[in-house]
Amino acid sequence: MIEAELSRSVARWCKGATGVTGAAKLSGGASQETWRFDITHPDGPIGAILRRSPKGYGAAPTRAAGLAAEARLMQLAYEAGVPSPRVMHELTPDEELGTGFIMQRVEGETIARKILRDEEFAAARPLLARQIGAVLAGLHRLPQDKLPELRSRSGTQEISEFERDYRSLDWPKPVFELALRWLRDHDPGPSAETTLVHGDFRNGNLIIGADGVRAVLDWELAHLGDPMEDLGWVCVNSWRFGEIDKPVGGFGSREELFAGYEAAGREVDPSRVKFWEVMGTLRWGIMCGGMMQRFREGPDHSMERAMIGRRASETEIDLLRLLAPRGG
Amino acid sequence: MQDEPTPIELTKAVADFLRNDITPLVSGHQAFKLRVAVNILDLVTRQLTQEEGGDAAEVERLRALLGMDGAVTDLNRALADRIAKGEVDFATPGLAEHLWATTMDKLAVDQPNYASYKRELGRGG
Repeated sequence: MIEAELSRSVARWCKGATGVTGAAKLSGGASQETWRFDITHPDGPIGAILRRSPKGYGAAPTRAAGLAAEARLMQLAYEAGVPSPRVMHELTPDEELGTGFIMQRVEGETIARKILRDEEFAAARPLLARQIGAVLAGLHRLPQDKLPELRSRSGTQEISEFERDYRSLDWPKPVFELALRWLRDHDPGPSAETTLVHGDFRNGNLIIGADGVRAVLDWELAHLGDPMEDLGWVCVNSWRFGEIDKPVGGFGSREELFAGYEAAGREVDPSRVKFWEVMGTLRWGIMCGGMMQRFREGPDHSMERAMIGRRASETEIDLLRLLAPRGG
Repeated sequence: MQDEPTPIELTKAVADFLRNDITPLVSGHQAFKLRVAVNILDLVTRQLTQEEGGDAAEVERLRALLGMDGAVTDLNRALADRIAKGEVDFATPGLAEHLWATTMDKLAVDQPNYASYKRELGRGG
């Protein structure tokens, strides 16, 4: 039972803690899990989250930064005033919890459709595009000398990687071929500035409250690269959840996003943002293909995975809307 | 020739049973999985209904574009190859129209509620 190990752990680093209650797994694949639990404390329960790779699953997939890097990035973000949970503890081997970390639980909503529809967020929604611009500016300004070791990725490298992924699927898609060609023809080359890039900053990976963005989550794809990548990814149509006329996560306009970013003292290059939006749309389409392949070859033979394979066509229509829009 | 009911009718009967009779009985994660299952059966029904006509029209367009004959998979492979080699692009007459028609037919089966699809359908298919 995980509560026994967690109780022993919190007793060591959380002064006054007497145990934990309510441990529940929120999500988890084979290699990474997220748990919620409450630390029992004389001053009242403390909400916490465990992110871990269970024992025997220490190795991170190639694109992932790894849990130690994630913890470091979230703590740096927290210290710099970028909305982020505070990291409370990094797991040590003798705790028998695997590798990973424990962070403060931030209350709020992550389910994109609820954030876009529920009355509770009605006042926050019109502010979010601009606020996201400011949050990204803060994130891109995190001190580089304090960052953990991260892979470095340029647009040119990403095109080659996605092309390899796509070809390995043996899944001929004329629209994806055209997108790859467009990306090569419009590759703006190395960015003038290399910064931390979150890599998966989008509606669905943010904790939102009635007051706006409360925390940025899912840092596992963080890397060094073109900061405009994050601005493009947050605009990918798949993350607008039906609000297709509001490019920034279904919340608002690119102009608001850019204004928030620039008001925070950083510059936007709209043509690079567009390049990364096309790249991101293709990236999600190829990932849908990867889901199909994993469904077919196992071990995850779930219906959900199968159905994500049938969502690649959503990215095809979005690529056509970006690259060959019809009049009217 | 196989007997009837047709696969479309059979699949639809299962989907309706799950939707109407089983949905009220389950909750939580099981209810989520059941919704996915019903969605899959609905997709299969749409594909069984629409695939033949859609593929025939797609093959017609591909034959005209490529100047060759073949099955729909082979023709798509040939088109993908020509785009990869730079022999065909959006400037090629008929290509954009072909891809729009093909993609709209795919969305009609895969995700007819996808907002981009509904918007483009409003432009006249």
